[in-house]
Amino acid sequence: MKTGIGVFIAAFAALGASWAGFVLAPALQLGGTKVTTVLNSTDAYPVQRPGEAALGLQVYRANGCAACHTQQVQQDGTSFEVVLTGAGKDPVSVSNLAAGLKLTGLTKEAADAAAKSLADAGGKTETHLSGTGADISRGWGSRHSVAVDFLYDAPVQPGSLRAGPDLTNIGARAADANWQLVHLYAPRAIVKDSTMPSFAYLFEVRPATGSAEALKLPAGFAAPAGSEVVPTPAAKQLAAYLLSLHADAPLYEAPYSQLAKP
Amino acid sequence: MNPIDNKSPAACSSEIDASLRVPLLALFGGAALWLVVGLVFGLLAGIKFHAPDFLGACPLMTYGRLAPAANDAVLYGFAIPAALGVILWILSRLSGMPVALPIVPVVAANIWNLGVLVGTVGILIGESTGYPWLEYPRAAAVLLFAAFLLIAVSAAATFGWRRQRELFPAHWFLFAALLWFPWIYSSANLFLTAVHVPRGMVQAVIDWWFGNNLLFVWLSLAGIGIAFYFLPKIGGRPLASSGYALFGFLTLMFFGSWVGIPVGAPVPAWLPTVSSVAAMLSIPAVIAIVIVGLRTACGAKAVCRGGPFCFMWFGLVSFFLGSILYLITGCPHFGHLVQFTWYGVGQTQLTLLGFFVMVVLGGIYEILSNTTGLELPFPKLGKAHFYLAMLGVLLYAVPLLIGGVEQGIRLQNPAVPFADANTAALLWLRISSTGQLLLILGSLLLALNIFVMTIKWKIALGKSLFAAVTAPLPVTEVKA
Ligand code: HEC
Repeated sequence: MKTGIGVFIAAFAALGASWAGFVLAPALQLGGTKVTTVLNSTDAYPVQRPGEAALGLQVYRANGCAACHTQQVQQDGTSFEVVLTGAGKDPVSVSNLAAGLKLTGLTKEAADAAAKSLADAGGKTETHLSGTGADISRGWGSRHSVAVDFLYDAPVQPGSLRAGPDLTNIGARAADANWQLVHLYAPRAIVKDSTMPSFAYLFEVRPATGSAEALKLPAGFAAPAGSEVVPTPAAKQLAAYLLSLHADAPLYEAPYSQLAKP
Repeated sequence: MNPIDNKSPAACSSEIDASLRVPLLALFGGAALWLVVGLVFGLLAGIKFHAPDFLGACPLMTYGRLAPAANDAVLYGFAIPAALGVILWILSRLSGMPVALPIVPVVAANIWNLGVLVGTVGILIGESTGYPWLEYPRAAAVLLFAAFLLIAVSAAATFGWRRQRELFPAHWFLFAALLWFPWIYSSANLFLTAVHVPRGMVQAVIDWWFGNNLLFVWLSLAGIGIAFYFLPKIGGRPLASSGYALFGFLTLMFFGSWVGIPVGAPVPAWLPTVSSVAAMLSIPAVIAIVIVGLRTACGAKAVCRGGPFCFMWFGLVSFFLGSILYLITGCPHFGHLVQFTWYGVGQTQLTLLGFFVMVVLGGIYEILSNTTGLELPFPKLGKAHFYLAMLGVLLYAVPLLIGGVEQGIRLQNPAVPFADANTAALLWLRISSTGQLLLILGSLLLALNIFVMTIKWKIALGKSLFAAVTAPLPVTEVKA
């Protein structure tokens, strides 16, 4: 490194290589990601978020929800379970055999072996596959997140800190728009010690008109007598977005609970 | 070799100082203000975990906007422009030249501050791009990019017209830093804030690439470049083992730039795997750089006592810890454990505030006590700043690191309810808020010093202008 030009060339080469690898190559490889299909089905996956929900993503971005919430389910591994679906001609000996075998939390080989020994005795079995890991046990999802889950989002909001629960599948977990709105308006009305900020500024408090949109709030959080709390369009869009968060379809690259091919 | 510039003739040194006075005032003044703003925003954001409804009615002050605005104000508002000022000073001293085109960095400093202002306001009113570390809306990004280029041009010209031909290790790091930022910043913004953004997770990959290249590689290049100039200069002995420095420089650039895709990210598996390998390969770079720094600093005759040398020392140690804590998240097991916890926040702050900001502050205080016409009005406050900042960084970052590991262990155990893992972190967050408070106090001392210095300079300038205007006209001009 005797000359400025030498330093310049070294830096140029180093950064250029990583740029080609982490900007250009993913843009070409992942940028070509196509819609796939749900495992063992012809349903397209993912589907575009409906208009309201797509707008809601921008409300989510603008308010920095990703500062506290991730949308990435992690998975440690998979486990297999063998389920007896038919006992065949000799039910007693098959069920005795089944009682003596370990049928859950198996590896692929162990599951195949168990299924085979039950089949040899005349029983019918199905093998189920499920993901394992803390996130899945917490009920945050059935499988790990994959790139295609994010296909239609701009900006993607994978998040990096779990100061709040993972929201990958919040639309399945809390599928009620009213619940979502009440929670956004007053998180502590639902979870007593919640550290989530209130997004009351996305709502309007106005003289009561008996509107069907008015939130039904628990005592202590209700609007003053004679007035009501109604969501602004932004709040409704955000709730629609939250309900659209449901990235749980089994895929070829992330299968679960499917009849495993023997 | 020793970048001590006492070889340059005395007349030249004061000429250099004179050329730098206005650019440095512009860069340091704005930066000192943004440091206060960023740290205050950070504290306000942190308080929300103890009192979630604090300032909650105001959309501008909601946590999800304040937190990124705070990080960006420290990084883009203070760290980068202040470092650029220090770099300009170093390059003109090393070149034995007054800074070239001194008006350019002054204009650039104003454009830069406008950019940070537009960006900060943009985030607060909800116009953030939604990509971590790249939140500033496009208009702000364009301003920052233009301003950086202008300063880089001035720096390059200063170097190009230099009187002293020698190239020091500090030069390598600083040149690479000047090239690195415009490239990563423009390319990330072109991809992510363009009209047609790439589909899906490509966006996240580009953002991770950018974040790593800014917060790990760029901060290391610029911060170590500055430290490799000042350690020998203050310590009065040459930089040790330039072979190690070369090794560290090259491996940092070639491997460090590939780190950053988190383990288990929902992207094709080769991406996080490459990052993990690169992280392991970058560890020797960090060690080599720290060896050079320690060897140079250890035998130095300089006394520490809260002066610039202390800032450099503390920065070097934080560089080591922060970088290693970052790189070991490339180990799949540990990475999974601390992913999504406060650990990452603690590590980032240790690197940003403990390493980079400290080194830059050391540079600023050294410059402001050695540049004619830029003397600090209250030099003792600089020492107080060191102790406040050191304690502040430790109290801010260390609890987050420990609390993050604990949070990770709890999150990995599905028997522990989520709310419990969250509550356990609150105690650590409380300690870290204390650290933020100390950091704010320290930054106020810097702001006060620079503010009074600017006022004094303006008064002096006004007086001399006044004297020039009211002076009796020379006879020749009266005739004409
Ligand atoms: C300061 C951090 C923080 C921010 C910012 C934040 N949240 Fe939360 N969120 C939490 C915490 C903590 C919980 C868990 C307690 C609760 O349910 O209130 C939570 C819970 C939730 C839940 C319920 C999850 C479940 O599994 O029951 C939803 C939905 C949610 N947040 C949506 C949002 C949205 C939408 C935003 C942005 C407008 C947002 N959050 C911003 C911290 C935050």
